[in-house]
Amino acid sequence: MRAPAGVKVQFTGGQLQEVRRLQALYPDKRAALLPVLQLAQAAFGYISLEAEEYVAGLFDLSPAHVHEVVTFYTLFFREPKGRHVVSVCHNLTCHLLGARRVLAYLKERLGVEVGGTTPDGKVTLLSVECLCACEMAPMMQVDDRYEGHLTPELVDRILEGLG
Amino acid sequence: MAELILTRNFHRPDSHALRLYQETGGYEGLQRVLALPPVTIIETVKKSNLRGLGGAGFPTGVKWGFIPKGHPGPVYLVINADEGEPGTFKDRYLLERDPHALIEGMIVSAYAIGSHLAFVYIRGEYVQPWRRFARAVEEAYAAGFLGRNILGSGFDLDVVVHRGAGAYICGEETGLISSLEGKKGWPKLKPPFPAIRGAFDAPTIVNNVETICHVPHIVQRGAEWFAALGTATQGGTRMYSVSGHIRQPGVYELPVSVTLRALIYEHAGGLPDGRRLKAVVPGGSSAPILRADEIEVAMDVDGLKNAGTMAGSAGVIVMDETVSIPEALMVVARFYAHESCGQCTPCRESTGWIFKMAQRIVEGKGRKEDLDTILDVARRGAGTTICAFYDGAVGPYISYIEKFRDEFEALIPK
Repeated sequence: MRAPAGVKVQFTGGQLQEVRRLQALYPDKRAALLPVLQLAQAAFGYISLEAEEYVAGLFDLSPAHVHEVVTFYTLFFREPKGRHVVSVCHNLTCHLLGARRVLAYLKERLGVEVGGTTPDGKVTLLSVECLCACEMAPMMQVDDRYEGHLTPELVDRILEGLG
Repeated sequence: MAELILTRNFHRPDSHALRLYQETGGYEGLQRVLALPPVTIIETVKKSNLRGLGGAGFPTGVKWGFIPKGHPGPVYLVINADEGEPGTFKDRYLLERDPHALIEGMIVSAYAIGSHLAFVYIRGEYVQPWRRFARAVEEAYAAGFLGRNILGSGFDLDVVVHRGAGAYICGEETGLISSLEGKKGWPKLKPPFPAIRGAFDAPTIVNNVETICHVPHIVQRGAEWFAALGTATQGGTRMYSVSGHIRQPGVYELPVSVTLRALIYEHAGGLPDGRRLKAVVPGGSSAPILRADEIEVAMDVDGLKNAGTMAGSAGVIVMDETVSIPEALMVVARFYAHESCGQCTPCRESTGWIFKMAQRIVEGKGRKEDLDTILDVARRGAGTTICAFYDGAVGPYISYIEKFRDEFEALIPK
């Protein structure tokens, strides 16, 4: 896996400064690995094997350690994702209140399966465990936001609002 | 109506602002508290019967008392804001709507245990709550409530806000510590308990958001006041997250002695459209399920324990008569299969296989022996793993099948 053309796996001077600031916050700089991986994902779009190696070098850690960490957590993407990520909660309360219908509607509207990205690279669709917003079930996360009380009409409006 | 303590400002659109927090008494007693002997604060919290509100229900003051006396090196306070228990959303409300309450709680708690560096571990999906809370931390530094020599007390405290990256197991306190240290979130064998050797090998106290938010109120208004709000063994109020087939889903702050019936029917408006109650999960998905005829029960830690279930994180999921319990078990089993960290064999293997069995039962392809196999595997594995995750999974496996066995059997071909 390589980064998409144009995205070089290399932090800018400002980003490297941020890496050093994060590492200095903890009694052991290795504790900054998650925040630095978050920074890497924001900068490079996803965490490629190349990015894992690069980040490992910033910490004097083995690439294997970084790989183990990246693959443990659901919020790290190991392949390019869409410009937007839509994650539908499928846990108990959302399930009781219609999560399957929401997910089926999204699959149909976007023309992708769970885990897939629309051909234009706009949206990646995921189905996830409890996002802890059961009071607004059925709900989903759209990038940084939680959207709840979902109906087909609301889902349409949300999708139309994505750039 | 009982007095609201933690949620008293939630109705205000600017409830998160430092100015509003101070106008309603926030940070007011801090200077006085930071002049008390730390041991007095620990004793007060012990006497208040405050119990951990993240799930385990352990007495908070007792936990604090485990920090070795006169420890020469650093001690850390870690706030568990990795809310993830299905059915629970109270900590999200606290982070978004009253972040300064958590900061003040952290200052008092850190002072009590002798910590000068505290971490707040917020689940990665909580982006808006994280922004809100991080902004409040900046405000608190600027106002002199964090940093060096807080309010001239000579006490220093720094706060680091740390974001998780998506893993339920990091809500388990030793898994959280592993994750905070920059590793995958594998729980650690106890002993040593974190209070003896925790984050970065130093004595560490891990407490839930809501637990810590109670602390300033306890110290200022007294242990007796807090204890009297609750039962003989658990003081105070707590925030119940109510969801599912309920007219008014949301967070309800009530004395811990409230009954499940009152919570559902008097506070949250009962079920919609006159539908009948079938079952309730009273304390997050890991709590054994209760049938409709079992809701006359007090919601404190011991009340629910005596009823064969648990208070857990106080996430209450209400199910009406239309719900298929086998399907609900399949959904819950999928969660535990997905979230098992894979470290211990009984958990890693059983959660995966039990999900497969629950799935084939729902699809009408179950085998006669499946139900007894699930019960057997669940009972044998409980208590054999490093952390309590698998015990949490066993709660629903056993209770859903034992209490609604007919429904499962009806789906299995003869």
